Amino acid sequence: MRVLVAMSGGVDSSVAAALLCARLGSDRVVGATLKLWGGRSDSGCCSVADVEDARRVADQLGMVHHVFNFADAFERNVVDPYVRGHAEGRTPNPCIECNRHLKFDRLLGRAEALGFDALATGHHARRTRSAGGRYRLCRGRDQAKDQSYVLAMLGQDQLARTLFPVGEMTKAAVRDEAGRLGLRTADKPDSQDVCFIRSDQGRAGFLGERLALHPGRLVDEATGVDLGSVRSVELVTVGQRRGMGHGDDGRRRYVTAVDVALGEVRVGTAEAASSERVELHTVTWVDGDPTLGAPPVRVLAQSSAHGRAAAAMVTGSSTPEGAPTGAARLVVCFVEPQRRLAPGQTVALYDPHRPDCVLGSGIAA
Amino acid sequence: MTGPGQSSGDRASDRVYLDHAATTPMCAAAVEAMLPYLVDDFGNPSGAHEESRRARRALEDARDHLAALLGARPGEVVFTSGGTEADNLAVTGTMAGEDTGDGPAALVCSAIEHHAVLATCEALAIRSGRDLRLVGVGKDGVIDLDGLARACSEEVGLVSVMTVNNEIGTIQPVGEVADIVRNGSPRAVVHTDAVQAVPWMDLASATGGADAVSISGHKFGGPKGVGALVVKDRVPLRPLFHGGGHERERRSGTHNLPGIVAMVAALEWTSVHREVTGRRVEQLRDRLADGLIGSVAGTVETGERRCRVPGILHVRFAGVAGEALVVLLDEAGIAVSAGAACASGAVEPSHVLSALGFGAEEASSGIRFSLGPTSTEADVERTLVAVAGAVDRLRD
Repeated sequence: MRVLVAMSGGVDSSVAAALLCARLGSDRVVGATLKLWGGRSDSGCCSVADVEDARRVADQLGMVHHVFNFADAFERNVVDPYVRGHAEGRTPNPCIECNRHLKFDRLLGRAEALGFDALATGHHARRTRSAGGRYRLCRGRDQAKDQSYVLAMLGQDQLARTLFPVGEMTKAAVRDEAGRLGLRTADKPDSQDVCFIRSDQGRAGFLGERLALHPGRLVDEATGVDLGSVRSVELVTVGQRRGMGHGDDGRRRYVTAVDVALGEVRVGTAEAASSERVELHTVTWVDGDPTLGAPPVRVLAQSSAHGRAAAAMVTGSSTPEGAPTGAARLVVCFVEPQRRLAPGQTVALYDPHRPDCVLGSGIAA
Repeated sequence: MTGPGQSSGDRASDRVYLDHAATTPMCAAAVEAMLPYLVDDFGNPSGAHEESRRARRALEDARDHLAALLGARPGEVVFTSGGTEADNLAVTGTMAGEDTGDGPAALVCSAIEHHAVLATCEALAIRSGRDLRLVGVGKDGVIDLDGLARACSEEVGLVSVMTVNNEIGTIQPVGEVADIVRNGSPRAVVHTDAVQAVPWMDLASATGGADAVSISGHKFGGPKGVGALVVKDRVPLRPLFHGGGHERERRSGTHNLPGIVAMVAALEWTSVHREVTGRRVEQLRDRLADGLIGSVAGTVETGERRCRVPGILHVRFAGVAGEALVVLLDEAGIAVSAGAACASGAVEPSHVLSALGFGAEEASSGIRFSLGPTSTEADVERTLVAVAGAVDRLRD
């Protein structure tokens, strides 16, 4: 078996590569670092420092290493939709779109074309098999570092060719192993936030260079009273609390809706900003759609990378006539009202009978 | 197929090296020439004792020899750390009044220059507010001389057009370029980056009319880290490096004597063998090009063959990612290149192919095979088989 391991230059993928080399021999493992972003980042132009770390770890492990330039596809599938989403009042998750389009599509395809049997990544997630031989996608052993949420869009086809070598390890064990092997990435801090946004620039600075930001009015959702203004309506997210102040009753206010076209941000109480129901599009299933011809299905729904999974029922809504495949929508009804989801936010669905197992995912409409 | 991680013992002998435009192995004459200056004659050429005198003598002998081989005068040779420094020195050093904003207001270069010229011109233009005029090329990969004539006005201080393009191998008409510049921009210095020309062309004739010529040792069997700018006496040159005033105040820094001696030995070796090597390599290149076009569907050669040096063959394989093809060929033991690499090692979209009018998709399907004096018929035959197999796999 030959494996291509995606190496970001971080400690997790370094150890993933090391484990594979130990298991298969370093002549059967090849490292690949993706050049995704052409602009400056926190680790220098084209993330040169990260590529160097990955290359030197590969050297140390005695494996071949390549750099693939996927900057065009990254711009098209991740950065452009991110910017466009904000312009239209949505909050897309760029890490999920990168996994969907770059790592588990372009790179997986490249791995196959180059004759590799599998692609490995340093994600904290586990791939297991059911008794029937079907693949399951499960949370990483280290619950605090679990990354199954950003992988929830994977299906059987991708999982069949994917390995997560550090999924059974805690982050501490990963760092220990890196230290034991003397890998230069052992003490490298975890990556934070969105990779193409520099910390000195922030989301506002990044988006401000790419789209026109407009001031907006802050309106009380219940009374319609004008409460003041916000600097950039494109930077406000549904469910947001920061910067929204307090109501007359002294309680915190939350964003309940954003209308970019009208330049209006609606705010209200925690209750007003909660909802029992959310509709999802771009629905994916790890192993088939359990809602097909079935009564509502019980799930645990998680709507952020490290959020709590809340009990909910999901119902498939039939594909509208004439709509393309994949236009199917999913209605999620939470047992208890949840903070309202921003359009564009991904919801990962887990199996209440096996709370570690991902069932599928969708994007809040 | 050779696995990527096979022990290095049999790796070198198994490999087919077709990336001579990136760098070449040193020729035996160059290795031999440099050895005495590593330990025995290690002196610093700038000094007042016997060790220095011997080093100085070797340096000036090398300079005389290089000048003779290039049809220049010894005083016109400025030794540098390589082609990139020579290009930087030519561009930045000849544009007078850079700090004061005086001097010529514009500079011109072709759109297919090496980044050592292109990025230097861009940086200079941004820093000093000068107008950088890029002249395009035709589909044949040769500079548009009418476009050049239009770009050449009185206020142009520098025109830089390479002798041979590094990605596609097309020869640029430097003599005609110089004539056009003299006519339209009488004050302008004409520079040519001749780094890729040395293995294949007699520089005196290929760069005739140019005021400044850059060369780089490792592209023709010399060592890395040494090159030269050959620049006419009448061209004022401001140094990039200040210090001891070496090279007639044009380039300070202790001379890389072993490198310089070896580069000149390599240049002599190249000059002696150039004609025979060129004819032989041209036949190999034609065999490779015709073989690829004949056996791999959707293969197109970039640039007119008659406008190119013998050693460089750039082809596009429709629907294939060049980046992936390089990996498969590497695993098959064949070293080729998919274009210029950026600092991270990623293959960058080619500004050369883009200047020729190719879209991103087509440009990224390109591979450069570059042959050298050590290339053999067996290399070509093995490459033909490997490319056909690899392209098939990638198109699957």
